[in-house]
Amino acid sequence: MTTTLTNPEETVREPKRAPRPKAGRAGGQLHAGPLAYAILILFALGSLFPLVWTAIAASRDNNRLAQTPPPFWFGSNLFHNLDLAWTEANLGKALLNTTFVAGVSAATIVFLSTIAGFAFAKLRFKGRGALMLIVIGTMMVPPQLSVIPLYMMVAKLDWTDQLQAVILPSLVSAFGVFFMRQYLLQALPDEIIEAARVDGASSWRVVWHVVFPAARPAMAVLGMLMFVQTWNDFLWPFLVLTQNGNPTVQVAVAGLGRGYTPDQSLIMAGALLGTLPLLLVFAIFGKQIVGGIMQGAVKG
Amino acid sequence: MTSRHDTAALPAQAGGAAPGRPGKDAGPAEDERRRRARLSRRWQRDMRWSPYAFVSPFFLLFLAFGLFPLVYTAWASLHTVELTAPTDMQWAGLHNFTRIFDDEFYWNAARNTLTMGILSTVPQLLMAMGLAHILNYKLRASTFYRVVMLAPYATSIAAASLVFVLLFGRDYGMINWALHFFGIDAIDWQNDKWMSQIAVSSIVIWRWTGYNALIYLAAMQAIPHDLYESAALDGANRWQQFLHVTLPALRPTILFTGVVSTIGASQLFGEALMFDANKGASGGAEHQFQTLGLYLYEQGWVNQHLGRASAIAWTMFLILILIGAVNYVISRRLRASS
Repeated sequence: MTTTLTNPEETVREPKRAPRPKAGRAGGQLHAGPLAYAILILFALGSLFPLVWTAIAASRDNNRLAQTPPPFWFGSNLFHNLDLAWTEANLGKALLNTTFVAGVSAATIVFLSTIAGFAFAKLRFKGRGALMLIVIGTMMVPPQLSVIPLYMMVAKLDWTDQLQAVILPSLVSAFGVFFMRQYLLQALPDEIIEAARVDGASSWRVVWHVVFPAARPAMAVLGMLMFVQTWNDFLWPFLVLTQNGNPTVQVAVAGLGRGYTPDQSLIMAGALLGTLPLLLVFAIFGKQIVGGIMQGAVKG
Repeated sequence: MTSRHDTAALPAQAGGAAPGRPGKDAGPAEDERRRRARLSRRWQRDMRWSPYAFVSPFFLLFLAFGLFPLVYTAWASLHTVELTAPTDMQWAGLHNFTRIFDDEFYWNAARNTLTMGILSTVPQLLMAMGLAHILNYKLRASTFYRVVMLAPYATSIAAASLVFVLLFGRDYGMINWALHFFGIDAIDWQNDKWMSQIAVSSIVIWRWTGYNALIYLAAMQAIPHDLYESAALDGANRWQQFLHVTLPALRPTILFTGVVSTIGASQLFGEALMFDANKGASGGAEHQFQTLGLYLYEQGWVNQHLGRASAIAWTMFLILILIGAVNYVISRRLRASS
């Protein structure tokens, strides 16, 4: 898909490339006209503008932001503001915390989802259909329904403001199980498993030496999706990390907006710091993440 | 499949080692036989139980952090529980439910959740559909557009909302500044009921349009070519092809995104919380954009009535079940008609 960057003129000049006029999907091989490009560029700008403007606002000072017209270009205060946000909002610690939380959650979800997805995709056992239905059903349960008892548990265990309170409830993902199952159904031929069985491999050895290697691309994508999701999780961390002594990035950034005299450029610097790591991940792995979302969508 | 694995894959039966070499006494042969029987038993145990071992971590964690809280919330909603002493529960029957149903702010929040759900979901999905259609053309740098449009998805609720608060500022915000060129007076995006709801919805739209566009695009690419070929042969133009081939083929996906977005919209919380000038749970000075999620937070963590908050949570769940049921009926109708 991504390699079909054919030049419009080229196809016109070389008619043998398209021997007969294929109807194609709606536009599947029709080249986009200028209007299509205009709309796309407009949407791309709309997607990026708030992000770029966060950086612009973070590089200004509060007084400049309280003027019209608003600033359109960078000022000189960026590092001052970043420094302030880093210390004042505890963002250094928040970034470390969030990396840890998102990393542990994503890794656990990927591992558990892969073995469960393998069982659902390739193993026969009693109750498989019913259990899979339960997995899918859990995707419908809203998080609001669990926060109150979870909060009670955490309060009782004296875990408020501790990271395990954030990590533990985020270790399961029904979506993850579903995603890995769909992938393994197609990507892992039964013959390979059988061959491993004939060689005398136990189930764990099959998982370790056959399933994991076969599932690696999907595991990477799921890992990134779950990392993004946990990184951006708001409601639950906001409820349990109340003292701001041990925040995740979202809690720290939200806390920035709460001062008595909010310094907008400082707030924007915090928002920028909280967003940059993920945007970096996106810049590097964007193509794979896009592919993963689309893959999960079709087969779902 | 089970039987195939059980028999074909048994190393002990596969006849690798010759059974008991002749000329030796019966001892080792007997040992060997027993060893193989043991292996075989272990093998069968493995075949039988390992699937459960593989799925059990998910279900154990789900029991602890999904199902138990679900049931416990129902239990708590029938009690008076205060945030300050969460273990001290007093039976209250349905009092919490009658209490919130008597509260005009509950109905206000329910209405706001509904209107903001529509304001955010409908334009978002329509735009996503249009975008997906365009992305389905042969494009230069198509990956670039996809990644860029997904960038808002990587942005957190907190950061995105804070930027939009500034952009929507009444006096110095960029949006009002841009609008004044069109002769539109400064809009009070935070205090006007409809304008504030539009502003909060725009944060949701901004974050999720690209994501949904990708899902539609994936579904569009799965539509077989020959459907379009035959439509073209029948003389359908591109708009008619979109209407009569693409849209029907996308029905399940549209329903899916509709349900997912509706679930998301019914839980709207962070955006509305952060959009409030005071970052409080009231959803603006006049509760003009207080959602059910915010109302739950206000009752539970500001007013410290956890029992009441549990009751709100359960009404939200019931609404979702209702939406799910409606969706089920619609999809069955659609399947029957097509």
